[in-house]
Amino acid sequence: MDSNGAAGTAIRREIESLNAAKADIESRISALEAQLRDMDHGTGAISSNGSCTLAAPVDLGLEHGLSPDMIYRYSRQLLLPSFGVQAQSNLWKSSILVVGAGGLGSPALLYLAACGVGRLGIVDNDVVELNNMHRQIIHTEAYIGRPKVESAAAACRAVNSTIQIVEHKEALRTSNALEIMSKYDIVVDATDNAPSRYMISDCCVVLGKPLVSGAAIGFEGQLTVYNYKGGPCYRCLFPTPPPTTACQRCSDSGVLGVVPGIVGCLQALEAIKIASEVGEPLSGRMLLLDALSARIRIVKIRGRSLECAACGENTGFTKEQFRIFDYEKFTQSPMLASPLKLNLLPQDSRISSKEYSEIVKNGEAHVLVDVRPAHHFKIVSLPRALNVPLPTLESRVAEISSALKGVEMQDGKGASLYVVCRRGNDSQRAVEYLQKVGFPFAKDIVGGIEGWARDVDPNFPTY
Amino acid sequence: MQLTVEFGGGLELLCDSVKVHTVNVEVPNGAQKLTMRDFLTWVHKNLIKERPEMFIKGDTVRPGVLVLVNDCDWELSGQLETTLEEKDVVVFISTLHGG
Repeated sequence: MDSNGAAGTAIRREIESLNAAKADIESRISALEAQLRDMDHGTGAISSNGSCTLAAPVDLGLEHGLSPDMIYRYSRQLLLPSFGVQAQSNLWKSSILVVGAGGLGSPALLYLAACGVGRLGIVDNDVVELNNMHRQIIHTEAYIGRPKVESAAAACRAVNSTIQIVEHKEALRTSNALEIMSKYDIVVDATDNAPSRYMISDCCVVLGKPLVSGAAIGFEGQLTVYNYKGGPCYRCLFPTPPPTTACQRCSDSGVLGVVPGIVGCLQALEAIKIASEVGEPLSGRMLLLDALSARIRIVKIRGRSLECAACGENTGFTKEQFRIFDYEKFTQSPMLASPLKLNLLPQDSRISSKEYSEIVKNGEAHVLVDVRPAHHFKIVSLPRALNVPLPTLESRVAEISSALKGVEMQDGKGASLYVVCRRGNDSQRAVEYLQKVGFPFAKDIVGGIEGWARDVDPNFPTY
Repeated sequence: MQLTVEFGGGLELLCDSVKVHTVNVEVPNGAQKLTMRDFLTWVHKNLIKERPEMFIKGDTVRPGVLVLVNDCDWELSGQLETTLEEKDVVVFISTLHGG
């Protein structure tokens, strides 16, 4: 068994290093291809400053300017009477920026690359992680640990090597948003947080760009087009930011992978309609998707507000105002997905996961209360933990008392009380409460079960 | 008056995770009609089971909640003064930010 285990580890290691090498080679190939394309573009297509001109390959006297390769590649779109060469040519002349290469951005980018948008920009500052893979379908396992922008750009190039892909490997901020977004005709908001959504909408208003906005969480999705031909902007609809407790994140609330996939596809569709100038973009209307009950509802929303702080008649934002606006302060929430780290308790009311592992090893009498929701507890829990979800704590104090008494009867001495959660925030809230209601000796485990996995048991599952 | 109320975007968590409610609401004594102002009070009292601050702020819904009467933003029908009629569908939906 031991030699088997060692051989397995060696094989896994080799697979890992081969995958890394493969990703490197793919990335180099796509960079070289891009270089080659830029050289080719000297004779047509897209100039280095990014403005697109039509490729003028073989002179067949075709007025629309599509090359034979383009005609063949996009033939199924050209065959649509209400799309045709004009819309395809409009697409080729257009440029679209996708902010976020995550669950929404993945399918949006793939379809936008495939359909023949002339220039496609990708902004993201994140790296690919294993827990992204179920929904961020543009990334492959070989890219785990590498920047999402590199991964997404390589995937787009693999689908369509004839378009220009621009990599913006940075977080979008007020300091760089005007410069980046001004280079594109249309912006797709595929981000995951409130401050970024306000910032992107305001920047689109300042620059006069249409914004295709999508969001998804759990089993629900929302989609609309802002700032399009006199339509409302994000702030017209949501002048005041919601309380931070109403801003759920996929990393806390969960999301079924295909749901942002559907919304991302719809974002690509709306962006294509605007770029190619076909159909009726979803402006002044909002699409609401409820995946569990299989219902899609399209509702009419208000028009542009005259008093809007961003796009109103006399109240509008200038570039200077935009640059100094603090979106994280405005929404009271961070743009980056760094989890909250509370510090509610004094040091002597807390122990580290290492200290707790010693307590378990020494067989010290204690009760461990896990205050995570029941469905989290079912994923994984520490041995002999008692699950009392935080919202039910008040009503289950007696249960904790009797658990302590049970342990004391067994051991004939006083038992300690420890509280754990996922990251070490709720456990502090729980200890604060428990100390008030007769358990002054209650302590929380710093860093929660994530800390346990990091510092004590690397094989302990995290999520 | 029979009305349908729906909650979405996470607001259903405030009413035992039930999304669709068919309800009967009386026009207030002495009034001719039922307005969204009356109905909001009724919903707050009868359907919201926890964390009411996630639904109401002051005399209206909290920021980030869209109110739709028959699939139309209530801003277009007079907000709190919107008059409700038999079989109307009122949707409360919280805006999503995830992706």
